[in-house]
Amino acid sequence: MSNDSLDPRVNRLKLGPAGEVVKVEEGENWNIYEVFHQEKRGAHHEHVGCVHAPDPQLALVFAKEQFARRKKCVNLWVVKSADILAFDVEDEDMFANNMEKTYRDASGFKVMEKINKFKQSK
Amino acid sequence: MNNAALTDLIIKMADDELIQGHRNSEWTGLGPVMEEDIAFSSMAQDKIGHAWALYRMLHEELGGRGPATFAFVRPENELKSSHLVEMPNGEYDFSLMRHFLFDLAESVRYESLQDSSYEPFRLLSKKVKGELKYHTLHANAWIMQLSRAGEESYDRMQQALDQTIALAAGIFEPSQLYEEALIEDKVYPGETALYHRWLDRIYPVLVKASLNLPEISAIVPVYGGRHGLHTPHLQSLLREMSEVFNLDTEASW
Repeated sequence: MSNDSLDPRVNRLKLGPAGEVVKVEEGENWNIYEVFHQEKRGAHHEHVGCVHAPDPQLALVFAKEQFARRKKCVNLWVVKSADILAFDVEDEDMFANNMEKTYRDASGFKVMEKINKFKQSK
Repeated sequence: MNNAALTDLIIKMADDELIQGHRNSEWTGLGPVMEEDIAFSSMAQDKIGHAWALYRMLHEELGGRGPATFAFVRPENELKSSHLVEMPNGEYDFSLMRHFLFDLAESVRYESLQDSSYEPFRLLSKKVKGELKYHTLHANAWIMQLSRAGEESYDRMQQALDQTIALAAGIFEPSQLYEEALIEDKVYPGETALYHRWLDRIYPVLVKASLNLPEISAIVPVYGGRHGLHTPHLQSLLREMSEVFNLDTEASW
């Protein structure tokens, strides 16, 4: 199954059997590398896209050209796409929250009302 | 400082950058894969940028003509580019090997200018350092990749090296007239010193790629370009390169 496509992202979609199985020989076919971009020192590396390359070194070279030419950049990571482990698409339901857990959605506390009230009282 | 000597050196460096940049730009849209096409084109632009900086230096510091006019209207025998850069692109192996040899030569040259007694050279050296680091990273990565990619690929890389090595050695033709003055004024260490630094720089990469560098003493550098003696390839390149400029030489761009 994992050899159906040269592109691991396609395989993750599990599109089912599609003709002949293609075997990826190391060095024979180019791999896909995911690119992570760092905008300034200490910042997170963020995923920005992918490149085709024959090896990690050239993946870095190509990534620099595709993703660091215009936007400010201080560093890049490249990771072979096939090395990324992901959940299956049909397992998306694992991420569904139950109704009574909405308190987990909170990313902060609402305090503006209290602040405004305090300002008015002064 | 000897202005005639400086002018001569700057023209050689600038013409090499211009012609190499133009040749590499001929690959735009024809590169082997999209990512590489963009990378190679982008580096070609960098070369033209280096040429422009040097022509501007001539214009602003040494009273030369404007950069565009100087680059585009000189007759062929006034260009001082080396034979290496005027050769047609051929196959990608040839172009890559030339890119590798030229960019490493460029690196040792600009690095040496960090300590130049001529301030505009010091500033330029600092400015292009990062670009050259990237260009040589790209070149080295491809040399390694293709030399290890099977028999046919290896053979082609070796053949490309055999075709380009004497041409590349020709970059370092010392000037009969000005070499000593430039070394004495500490403008740069001179062509012979740079040639040996360059050999030290390319050798480890070639060894790692298992490519055979011919016996150094057997390399007969291809000289002539520095005196305006060129192969017929330069004339047709110049005609194409300056075609648009010559439609209206007074136009402002």
